[in-house]
Amino acid sequence: MLGLNRKDTTLLIAVAILTMFAPIILNPFPVDSAMAQFNAGYPDLMQRFVIFGIFAIGFNILFGLTGYLSFGHAAFLGVGSYSAVWMFKLLSMNVLPAILLAVLISGVFALVIGYVSLRRSGIYFSILTLAFAQMSFNLAYSVLTPITNGETGLQLSLDDPRILDGAGSAGSLPVTNLFGLEMRATETVNLGPWSWDFSAGYYVCALIMLAAFYLSVRIFRSPFGLMLRAVKSNQQRLNYTGLNSRPYTLAAFVISGMYAGLAGGLLASMDPLAGAERMQWTASGEVVLMTILGGAGTLIGPVLGAGFIKYFENIFSKINDNVLHTWFAVLPDGIEDFLVTIVHPFVGKGWHLTLGLMFMLVVIFLPGGLVEGGQRIGRLFRRRKGKQTDAEADASKTPAE
Amino acid sequence: MGILEVKGVNKRFGGLQALGDVNLSVTENTCHAIIGPNGAGKSTLLNCLVGKLIPDSGSVMFDGQSVLGRKPFEINQMGISRVFQTPEIFADLSVLENVLIPCFAKRDGAFRMHAVEQVSSEAELRDMALHMLEDVNMADKRDHHAGTMSRGDKRRLEMAMCLVQKPKLLLLDEPTAGMARADTNNTIDLLKKIRDRRDITMCIIEHDMNVVFSMAERITVLAQGTPLVEDTPDNIKGHPKVREAYLGEAQV
Repeated sequence: MLGLNRKDTTLLIAVAILTMFAPIILNPFPVDSAMAQFNAGYPDLMQRFVIFGIFAIGFNILFGLTGYLSFGHAAFLGVGSYSAVWMFKLLSMNVLPAILLAVLISGVFALVIGYVSLRRSGIYFSILTLAFAQMSFNLAYSVLTPITNGETGLQLSLDDPRILDGAGSAGSLPVTNLFGLEMRATETVNLGPWSWDFSAGYYVCALIMLAAFYLSVRIFRSPFGLMLRAVKSNQQRLNYTGLNSRPYTLAAFVISGMYAGLAGGLLASMDPLAGAERMQWTASGEVVLMTILGGAGTLIGPVLGAGFIKYFENIFSKINDNVLHTWFAVLPDGIEDFLVTIVHPFVGKGWHLTLGLMFMLVVIFLPGGLVEGGQRIGRLFRRRKGKQTDAEADASKTPAE
Repeated sequence: MGILEVKGVNKRFGGLQALGDVNLSVTENTCHAIIGPNGAGKSTLLNCLVGKLIPDSGSVMFDGQSVLGRKPFEINQMGISRVFQTPEIFADLSVLENVLIPCFAKRDGAFRMHAVEQVSSEAELRDMALHMLEDVNMADKRDHHAGTMSRGDKRRLEMAMCLVQKPKLLLLDEPTAGMARADTNNTIDLLKKIRDRRDITMCIIEHDMNVVFSMAERITVLAQGTPLVEDTPDNIKGHPKVREAYLGEAQV
């Protein structure tokens, strides 16, 4: 289907089903239950899942296929956000032109930065991209204040021109929309003790992510994708085989930069403000973690990694001492306090510690990321099933003999 | 006038004169061997032909055009393919994919943005690659992970990758180095088969004299960066200068 083989089609359909039903799947616990704090099905977080999924999918096209580790991809995310907000300020609150401009501008940025950075490979390439990203971050903070609004961040204001639909907004700030459909519009469905939020913004992001995912599958299976994998495997052989690796890597860099810009544009479309901290090196590092954690070079890995990290960031960080005390309340006082003290550094503000440990475990025991973990479990089941059928076959043979 | 004309090539690495005034002419559709003791400059010469090194002076003409100053991929697109001393293959890809890549390079040139087409729908190139794999007896290994194969298999794969491009000139840098006897014989048979088709020029660097004397029609002996003699295998065998270069004067 859609020019994909059966395995990829199945994967695409699975991802489509998961994203479409995410509001239900991510809210498995009734609202009043103690477990409700593990529910991740609120619009803000779900939007983050898919937007950072797009960011990681794009990063994976560069890092997973060519092996070039960019440490400055957040720059494109930030550029995308700024472009989108400017579009909201100048043209219209419709998200479509904003997203298009975000992709376009970040593509131009990626072309310039990639052209220079790709003259080197390995660690030098990483350092060059990091330098460019930090440069963009610092410029956005200082010299470029007229464009970026410096520390405060770029926001909408009442006196923005908004050529196309500026007239309607009297008194209050307008909201982003897609041809009239407001991004913040949310339909809440209550079923028994459960409550599910279906947000327009989430579904716009989810559909765009599906399209982005489909495109990345096509790139992975294309001759272009094959050449990118060849770059990673043996660039010298590629050059002596009559292929010029430079335009291939540059194209991959620009494509992944545009994915990052798309993610940035979507972030701004959901919440129309853009700050320089979006370009900081920690943000660049985060997408590297997402991709490696999920499985670099795999199709679905980056999306899993993005979901995993965003879940931790938003859910684990909310578990504070009070929550811990209620969990362990049934235990005797001394043990309760002891357990709370033990768990305390790993949750709440300490969620980074848990994430770091998880990351170390994955890198050491599952170098292929979460995807490899899934594959191993899958193989384990298949082997067991295989043994069972063997045993059954043996059993059915014996009486006959 | 040969298909490859090397004239007065010099290359110096610091104080070492790696190549000194090398002249070489390779006739079209023959097999030409370059031999010489270690450090004679054989690999340096080869590197000058494929664009890995640029000579300090001299000229290298291939098929009437200069190769000097061109990048390795441009020289390959002119029709020169090279087999390396240690097999250079795409170790992370499958055997079939390894052979498909040069097919794409041959058809589409040095760069084409073919991100929407799918590799699986390129039936013509796939057939071409599979035929090539049959030629080198590797069709059954087409889905193998290239990096996990034996050295002999890697070498055959590398040759398949070069041959599928139908180059005008095939450069072979010690194609049997580090191979088991059986693999060496297979490789010689394969190379002879290619030579006897008479549609490809071969230039081979080799230490194994068995290979050289069974393959080559002309032999150039290099010593200390300069060609000593160039002649037919029969004349080279007993040549006093060659013995001197290899064994030293005292033992002659």
